[in-house]
Amino acid sequence: MNVRLYVWQRGTAALMAPLVAIHIAIIFYATRQGLSAADILSRTHGSVVWGAYYGLFVAAVSIHAAIGVRNVLAEWSPLSERHAGWLALLFGLALAALGARAVAAVVL
Amino acid sequence: MPETPAELSVSLWRGGAQGRYETYRVPRRDSQTVLDVVTYVQRHIDPTLSYRFACRVGMCGSCAMTVNGRPRWTCRTHVAKVAGSGRLEIGPLENLPVIKDLATDMAPFFEKWRDAKGTFAPSRTRADEMPRIRPDSPARIAADAAVECINCGVCYAACDTVRWNADYLGPAALNRAWTLVNDERDSGNAARLQAVAASGGCHACHSHQSCQEHCPLSLNPTASIAGLKRRAAAAYLKGELKP
Repeated sequence: MNVRLYVWQRGTAALMAPLVAIHIAIIFYATRQGLSAADILSRTHGSVVWGAYYGLFVAAVSIHAAIGVRNVLAEWSPLSERHAGWLALLFGLALAALGARAVAAVVL
Repeated sequence: MPETPAELSVSLWRGGAQGRYETYRVPRRDSQTVLDVVTYVQRHIDPTLSYRFACRVGMCGSCAMTVNGRPRWTCRTHVAKVAGSGRLEIGPLENLPVIKDLATDMAPFFEKWRDAKGTFAPSRTRADEMPRIRPDSPARIAADAAVECINCGVCYAACDTVRWNADYLGPAALNRAWTLVNDERDSGNAARLQAVAASGGCHACHSHQSCQEHCPLSLNPTASIAGLKRRAAAAYLKGELKP
C-alpha cells in the first residue's frame, strides 16, 4: 500500500463511521416502528436525500473494500501487486454496481 | 523451587535454508546465557558451528537468534529465563536468508535501511555554526524515543508484514527514517518521505506491534511508523508527494 491508497482507505473509513451509525439507527427505527417494505419504499421513492446518502455509502464501501482486498491478495496470494490491483478494481466495480442497483431500487 | 538440571538439551539449527535441528547436551551453569550455550557447543563439541557475536554485553546487536521460537539477543538472555524445562531450541533469525547454521545474511536488512534513506543528509558544512536543538523540543523528543536502535534485526525477524511482503522496508529501517525526519539538521526529508510513502513503505505496516513486543531495548518502532504515516499522508494531501 502506498500513501495514496492509504489516504483513500482511511478517508473512506472516516466517512463510513457516521454513515454506518446512522444506517444502524435507521434499521432500529424501522423495526421498532414496525414499518413494512411498502412503508419504507413510500418514504424513499423519489428522495434525493436518501439517494445521496446511500449512494455515498456505496461509493465509500466500494473504494474502501477494494483497497483492503488488494492488500490481502498482494500479501497472502502469489499474485503480483499489479495483478492484485486489477482484481481488486474488478471487485470494487462489482460492489459499486450491486450497490447502485440496490439504491436505484429503493429510490427510483 | 524446581531443581536446576545438570545438563541442557540444546537443539541447534545446522546447515543452510534446507538444514535441520541437531541436539546436543550442554552442562548447565550458574548465570549462563544462551550465547554461552552456543559458544560451549562450538568450542567443546563441534567447532564447525557457525554463529555471530561480538560484544557479549548487548551493545553491538550481532548475536540475535531465534530462541525457543522468539527472536532475542542471545548474549543478554539468561538460560534460566527461557529454558526452565532444560530444553533450548536455537535457530537463525527469521525473515533473513540463512548463510549457515545460526548466521543469517543481514544484507537485505541493511539494503532496506538504505532504501528508506536512513543515512543523514547534512544541511550545513563544518564551517557553519552548530545548530542549537532544544532537548525539550517535540522533534528532539520524538527522535530521542527511537534513536537508540542498534540494528540487531530482532524487530525485522518478529515482523509478520516482513514475512508476507518481501518489499516491506521493515520496522528498523522505518524507525531510523523517523529519527531523521525529526532531525532538524537533516536536509533529506523530501526524498525520505517519498521513499517511505511508496509501496512497501510505512503504510504497509499493520500495527501488529511485534517489533515493540520483541525489541530488546523496548523501543517502539510501531509508534515511529505511525508518525511516518501521519507525516507522509499530510505531505501527500498538500501535494508534496507523488506516489
